[in-house]
Amino acid sequence: MTTSDVTMPVRRRDGAAVIDLQGDVNGRAEHSLNAAWEEATRTTPDAVVLNFETAGYINSTGIALIVGLLAMARARGISIRAYGLTPHYREIFEITRLADFLAINPDEDSAVRGAEGATHA
Amino acid sequence: MTTLARSFRRRFLGRSTEADRAVRDTEQPVATSHDEQAPVDIAPNDPLLAYLQSASGAVNVEALALDSPALAELKAAGVKLAVPLVSQGELIGVLNLGPRRSEQDYSTDDRKLLDNLAAQAAPALRVGQLVRQQQAEAATRQRFEQELEVARLIQQNFLPKQLPELAGWQVAAYYRPAREVGGDFYDVIPLPDDRIGFVIGDVTDKGVPAALVMAATRSVLRASAQRLVDPGAVLERVNEHLCPDMPEKMFVTCLYGVLEPTTGHFRFANAGHDLPYVKTADGSVELRARGMPLGLMPGMFYEEKEAVLAPGESLLLHSDGVVEAHDAEGAMFGFPRLKEAVARYPGGGELIDRVLTDLREHTGTTAEQEDDITMVTLARSPSAAHPTIGVGPTHQLVEFEVPSAEGNERLALQRVSAIVTPLGLDQARLKRLETAVGEATMNAMEHGNGYRVDQPVTVRVLTEANLVRVQITDLGGGAPERETEEPDIEAKLAGLQRPRGWGLFLIKNMVDEAHETSDGAGHTLELVMHLDDVSAVPDEGGEQ
Repeated sequence: MTTSDVTMPVRRRDGAAVIDLQGDVNGRAEHSLNAAWEEATRTTPDAVVLNFETAGYINSTGIALIVGLLAMARARGISIRAYGLTPHYREIFEITRLADFLAINPDEDSAVRGAEGATHA
Repeated sequence: MTTLARSFRRRFLGRSTEADRAVRDTEQPVATSHDEQAPVDIAPNDPLLAYLQSASGAVNVEALALDSPALAELKAAGVKLAVPLVSQGELIGVLNLGPRRSEQDYSTDDRKLLDNLAAQAAPALRVGQLVRQQQAEAATRQRFEQELEVARLIQQNFLPKQLPELAGWQVAAYYRPAREVGGDFYDVIPLPDDRIGFVIGDVTDKGVPAALVMAATRSVLRASAQRLVDPGAVLERVNEHLCPDMPEKMFVTCLYGVLEPTTGHFRFANAGHDLPYVKTADGSVELRARGMPLGLMPGMFYEEKEAVLAPGESLLLHSDGVVEAHDAEGAMFGFPRLKEAVARYPGGGELIDRVLTDLREHTGTTAEQEDDITMVTLARSPSAAHPTIGVGPTHQLVEFEVPSAEGNERLALQRVSAIVTPLGLDQARLKRLETAVGEATMNAMEHGNGYRVDQPVTVRVLTEANLVRVQITDLGGGAPERETEEPDIEAKLAGLQRPRGWGLFLIKNMVDEAHETSDGAGHTLELVMHLDDVSAVPDEGGEQ
């Protein structure tokens, strides 16, 4: 079943804000994801890193939520990076061209540093 | 005078038969007049018996000197003359006479007359005895048959009235009681999450007692299976229930297994029942799990094992009436022969037919069946393993409904995934199908049914040659076309498109083919995935 009202922790590391996505990324995650975004961007970070290692099922509504984050990031000039995606969701990010607008990194270190190993800058 | 034939014969023969008991039970005591004496029982070891057996005619009781309680009793009763009644050399009774009314002794002529009378009466008495004996035996037989009928009714009432129809499976069963009705039983129990419980058991003893224990076992097992998931725990619970009230020297062997039809997983525990056989590609194997029979002693542990029945494999549950059937020379059919039959013959109902044919050849067609014979088979369709077999026909694997509620697309995709996994779709393409099913179900719940819980989405999974079809139907046949706008992420980021609207785009990019149909009442989206044609997968980002 889907999860709801899951808190998505925000960590700060080396100037980046890391959001640990928890549970399913779907319509029910909207509130917690937006809250995490607010927390992460309260002080403008060098980048916001989305950690998908602890994320579950991602559906099209979840994709739309990430598109929403990208739009907000674009408006504020903040770059978004991601890591921890399974091959399947990495494929979806590429099919939807999300991967053109956020960097997909192999791990947290490279995501926090930025660019290294990323598919897109 | 009085005849002692009945009581004498009973005691003289020194055994108590069913017929005798019937006579005792059914006959009323004979009223005695003042001229008659009460019958005198003569014990089998009383020397009077041997004397009368060898006497050539009427015996003067008063003149007889034997250490015989019966003789003393006769003398005390005033018996003067005892005339043995002999038929075909067998002493079948005695005519006892008191003193003559004239108070004179019995003359030689009297004794001759009595000897002649005894010679005439003895055969008639014997005929009468035989008739009574036959009547008693007939009554016993009738009561026995009535008990057997009761036992049969109990057993048949507790056997499944019909077997489940499972997509991709053939379930068949055979039950034939022996004339004396043993304690065999089998059961099929629908369980949550589309699992099915299969039971086969055998109660020691026969007739009504076995049937009653069988009925109790079945009832407790059914109730326990609904509350407990693990087969071992179910048998433990049944054992605890049966132990306190199990009649002495009775117990129940029982195998209980739970089948997940979508995956072929069969988890089972065994309480001392004959081991089931699985027909595999390489022959046949036994399914072993340790456990004591039910009802013997409390606190027993039942080992659990799991087997996976692959497409084309089949399972045979059987009772000992099969392997313990004897031929004319006393040789049993035996486990090795049954194991070989499972390996050699096709599964399902045909396996049962072939085994029964072999059994008839073994025992002879006229031999009476010794014990109940029960067989249950679960055969998994081979088409799932080799989809190229059976090209042409479409096989529906499952049809189910999902209530239209947010998040329920997970139920649909998980269930479809479980059904499709055994078909051999590679992991990456299976994930694609899962996503497509999730998105299609979500669209159906939202756009077709407006997230009204009482309007479910119907999901069907079908196989056909080398592909799988998943049909997702909602009730929005008349609804306007949905998600017609091609999602463009740049337009979305620029605010020219709403962030949502990815569903149909994802669906079309995840599966090999997607077809939409509406018939006014319902809207169906069919997703097609080829099972072994990787080249059919569209290029990433491409459309069908």
